Amino acid sequence: MIKSKKTKFGDVVVAFLCLVLILVCLLPMLNVLARSLSSSEALIKNKVWLWPNGFNLDAYKMVLKDSKYTWSLIWTAILTVIGTVLSLLMTTICAYPLTYDKLKGRRFFNTLIIFTMYFNAGTIPMYLLLKDLDMLNRPVVLIVPYCLSVFNMIIMRSFFYNIPQSLRESAELDGAGPIRVLVSIYLPMSTPVIATLALFYAVGRWNGFSDSLMFMKKREYYPIQHWLYLLINSMTRIETSTQEGFSPPGLSETLKSATIIFATVPILLVYPWLQKYFITGATLGAIKE
Amino acid sequence: MLGLSRQQSTKCLLPQRQNMMSKGDTTVKTVTLSSSPGRGKKAVAYLKRYWTLYLLLLLPITYFVIFKYVPMQYIQIAFKKYSIVQNVWEMPWADNNGFEYFIKAFENKDFLNALRNTIMLNFLDLLCGFPAPIILALLLTELPFPRYKRVTQTIAYMPHFLSWIIIAGLAKQLFAPTTGLVNNFLGKLGVDPVPFLNEPIWWVVTYIALGIWQSVGWNTIIYLAAIAGINPELYEAASMDGAGRLRKMWHITLPGIRSTIVVLLILSLGRILGSEFDRPYALGNHMVNNVSNVIAIFVYKYGIQGLQFSLATAVGLFQSVVCVIFLFAANALAKRFGERGVW
Repeated sequence: MIKSKKTKFGDVVVAFLCLVLILVCLLPMLNVLARSLSSSEALIKNKVWLWPNGFNLDAYKMVLKDSKYTWSLIWTAILTVIGTVLSLLMTTICAYPLTYDKLKGRRFFNTLIIFTMYFNAGTIPMYLLLKDLDMLNRPVVLIVPYCLSVFNMIIMRSFFYNIPQSLRESAELDGAGPIRVLVSIYLPMSTPVIATLALFYAVGRWNGFSDSLMFMKKREYYPIQHWLYLLINSMTRIETSTQEGFSPPGLSETLKSATIIFATVPILLVYPWLQKYFITGATLGAIKE
Repeated sequence: MLGLSRQQSTKCLLPQRQNMMSKGDTTVKTVTLSSSPGRGKKAVAYLKRYWTLYLLLLLPITYFVIFKYVPMQYIQIAFKKYSIVQNVWEMPWADNNGFEYFIKAFENKDFLNALRNTIMLNFLDLLCGFPAPIILALLLTELPFPRYKRVTQTIAYMPHFLSWIIIAGLAKQLFAPTTGLVNNFLGKLGVDPVPFLNEPIWWVVTYIALGIWQSVGWNTIIYLAAIAGINPELYEAASMDGAGRLRKMWHITLPGIRSTIVVLLILSLGRILGSEFDRPYALGNHMVNNVSNVIAIFVYKYGIQGLQFSLATAVGLFQSVVCVIFLFAANALAKRFGERGVW
């Protein structure tokens, strides 16, 4: 086949447009990284573009010295780990029984669950419930109330459906009960969906903000996003104990940048490795035929 | 809240599930045929075999009942005079046959403003943000270099994983009037500083643009999967007939993903009165309150900050109900036009 010149020109245009997209996605991150590594004088003189000017790590050191930020980073990591494990467990034990066609009442359970996706009670009823349960301002309020997502449950259920029924049936003939089948057949085959949902849940918890804003008043339990919100809007600042009462102009800007980097890096380090999984997860069952 | 925006692609699953169900029915029959005839004995055998499944379901179902259904009893306070000392069932009814707080809401300037902003921002999001991932997906399919395509995708997915707080932090630095990268650059070109986040009209533009930035890459996933499902012979045949790149896009790719587009469009229409909280809340500031105040923020400010529980619940209920109605209406409309619809 002979390729015409026109096609090649089209390829170049497409490649160029993709390059523009890459730049639009990356430049904001590079800019904030450069700002966090620059001296405050360079920042105030508008000398920082995409490369640090007056390279130093002071901003990072200062953020790490402020115990409420270091604690919040650790605390959010703890929340993320506990929350993700709990969510995965709940999602699995919810999705797995619903894949049994023989399960009596399955239709009822499905309806009960799907209904909550279309209609939810709203913010204030949730607030009042948490108040009645005495969960407000306790760490548990950041873990339990949103631990099971119907959407994620459906993804897992669709994945389980795609595992051949014959495997389950032959195991059942050998006398394995449902839990045994789950543990020794379904879970080992479900790495892609577990990785995907772990990513979704972990990112959701790490990025969670509004639940803390609404249901948590104790500062020691604020997750990092809550602190970041306060910092960006200058409702709080990072304690720079080294210079009593004096902080050079521009310093608060480098500190904000450094905190943004702290809140972003964990996610950026993880998601590219899971790409091949979350693509299947995100499309799972969505388009058939 | 967490993950509300992820609802998107869910419903397309349903038809597939029904297939599975019908497949399952045959299995049920074979099992019942082979087991013993007595009804009671059958039930015992069934339970003996599958009670663990109910045990597994116990915890999730309890979760849904407590955190999704029990809160529904508090919806009553939209129609009642809230009192902190009384049980929600014992509170006295509000005036005007209980609709006092709905009337108050529609007399409240803040609420009317929030309603207008919610519709305006969602409509603009739909208008600008909906076609964007379709165009990008078409672009990515045309990209002939596999490795470059992968890198582009990985990077384009990145913003989806950032929280709106982080994005707001980036935007506030990037778009700052005197120190921001964008205005510095515009300054070099001789353009006056643009108040991207500090002036209502520019704020709306920035809000919509950042929304596209955040979601466009991620939303291509579903379209790319749909495009991958199109029969390649169609393209070959079209090439034989001398169709160029654009004609193939228009006559094969777009029709091939039409049902996906329709399903996603229905879901977007269903959300036209839904509101995000993090995004307008994080991007907003006191200079743009009259465009950034949406219903979710109104509920937070009046309910949780202002403790006007009845009014805030009434507003929330109004929003939920309208959302459900819109979703059903959009679905019915799609079916009338011969599409499969969401369910």
